[in-house]
Amino acid sequence: MEDLKLPGIDYGALLPMLILFGAACVGILVEVFTPRRSRNVIQLSLALLAVVASFVAVIFQHDTRTITIGGAVAIDGPTLFLQGSLLALGLVSLLLIGERQIERGGPFVSQAAITVGSQKDLRQAGDQPGATEVYPLTVFSLGGMLLFVAANDLLTMFIALEVLSLPLYLMCALARRRRLLSQEAALKYFLLGSYASAFFLFGVALIYGFAGGIALSQVHEAVANPERSQVLLYGGLALIAIGLLFKAALAPFHVWTPDVYQGAPTPVTALMAACTKVAAFGALLRILYVAFDGVRWDFQPVLGTIAVLTMLVGAVLAITQTDMKRLLAYSSIANAGYVLVGVLALNEEGLSSTMFYLVAYGFSVLAAFGIVTLVRDADGEATHLARWAGLGRKSPLVAGAFTFILLAFAGIPLTSGFTAKFAVFGAAVEGGQTWLVVFGVITSMLLAFPYLRVVVLLWLSEPSETTPTVSIPGFLTSAALVIGVVATIALGVVPAPLIDLTRDAAQFVR
Amino acid sequence: MTPDYYLVLAAILFTIGAAGVLVRRNAIVLFMCIELMLNAANLALVTFSRINGSLDGQIISFFVMVVAAAEVVVGLAIIMSIFRTRRSASVDDANLLKY
Repeated sequence: MEDLKLPGIDYGALLPMLILFGAACVGILVEVFTPRRSRNVIQLSLALLAVVASFVAVIFQHDTRTITIGGAVAIDGPTLFLQGSLLALGLVSLLLIGERQIERGGPFVSQAAITVGSQKDLRQAGDQPGATEVYPLTVFSLGGMLLFVAANDLLTMFIALEVLSLPLYLMCALARRRRLLSQEAALKYFLLGSYASAFFLFGVALIYGFAGGIALSQVHEAVANPERSQVLLYGGLALIAIGLLFKAALAPFHVWTPDVYQGAPTPVTALMAACTKVAAFGALLRILYVAFDGVRWDFQPVLGTIAVLTMLVGAVLAITQTDMKRLLAYSSIANAGYVLVGVLALNEEGLSSTMFYLVAYGFSVLAAFGIVTLVRDADGEATHLARWAGLGRKSPLVAGAFTFILLAFAGIPLTSGFTAKFAVFGAAVEGGQTWLVVFGVITSMLLAFPYLRVVVLLWLSEPSETTPTVSIPGFLTSAALVIGVVATIALGVVPAPLIDLTRDAAQFVR
Repeated sequence: MTPDYYLVLAAILFTIGAAGVLVRRNAIVLFMCIELMLNAANLALVTFSRINGSLDGQIISFFVMVVAAAEVVVGLAIIMSIFRTRRSASVDDANLLKY
């Protein structure tokens, strides 16, 4: 028998992911072996430590450009930049997830398996500390996201997609308050998410049939010199795209977004809005730029139509919303449309501006959801828009920060929102996609309306008896809010360092 | 004997699964339809593996089986917790989140 030839493994390049997966496994053991009282502190420190260590590992790798473990993982500029930003955004979401000061026991239910409304449930609703499983789940999910943006063949991409999604489905069901809504959100996210990944998988099968292999470089060559039926190519590309567009919440695959964002615990919503979006677009960039750039003239108009549809749906439906979390969900759908405009520029500028947009939007949306966790009444978070009326009079600092974030979403100059939109629109014009920019500008104006309506509501209404109070944030939430707001200002006033970083990173290896 | 028939069968199974998710109402049945889609993909992978003369497709289908098993664990946990509260696994009853 011949000797097996094993592929070389560059452990250094894989270190960021290995750290996260290792820490998540340790986290599960901690769950078993430590007493309940000290668990929260240990789990939170372990998760934060793992994310920071992984971030340091990414920084040490910043010059690495390699393809390792038999072509399954590509470590290149976009991978490292997106991994770094995922870890930075993940760290801030962990701070929100770890908050235990605002509400007794924190935002997560103690035992999610207990039937809602039973005697036991009423007892645990009172004061039992929240589940700490949420930390290992978050770290697993982050690890999956890191692998998702690095995946260099379609199988690795599918596995990473599942590793990042499965923990998120569970985390959606863990809210302490309004548990029925939370479970319903988890059910919807799970059913639609696995439906979309089944489409992704069938697409992988078709592309395997077309290209004779699943490595993205093989697909690239097969696209350039096709030997099999084009039906396999276009069918496969369409099905794979459905899977990715679903994760990125682009119309018409956005329908789950508002429901899931509203029902999930707010810190988890923040994680989904910031990190999942980065991961999904990272994978979409790699698929379109590395594997399928040979048929760019065929998919550009289709995805362009999807981008326009997404921006219109997000902007128009945001106007009609009456719930703060749903409004932010529709705004995140519209923003996904703007990111897709950057992706469709299909040049180096498009790649770098897309990555910039993802980071800028991620920090702003984390701060926005962080503030949503603070505005509360006796029943938990008060998310109905009418309840926010007059909040500016009662707590000017928080309302001021929220106003600033909304202005950033609307794309007012001197905020990161303006710089990011400017960058993606500039790239799209350069890439010959002016029609997308026209729609982008029109929908930005539409989208400014719901934001400004909230600003008016905050500052120009009189506070009433029922205006909820703003809780005093604990250290963790304060830190998350400060990071989010400062990043939003900094990327608006001095964006140059990050833009340079994205430009240096904007080169895929094949 | 030509392997093309297996591809046609895979496509038919996938379509049945995809249509089933859209028309059925019970969460468990929906879930089974999704599993049917995954297995249709497996059949296509194995057939292409035969056509291409490489083992990749068979290896992928093993990975898919593991992923499907993990999905069952998560999915049934979520469906069970909802069923215990509502005494119903119909997706039409889960309608608190809208507009």
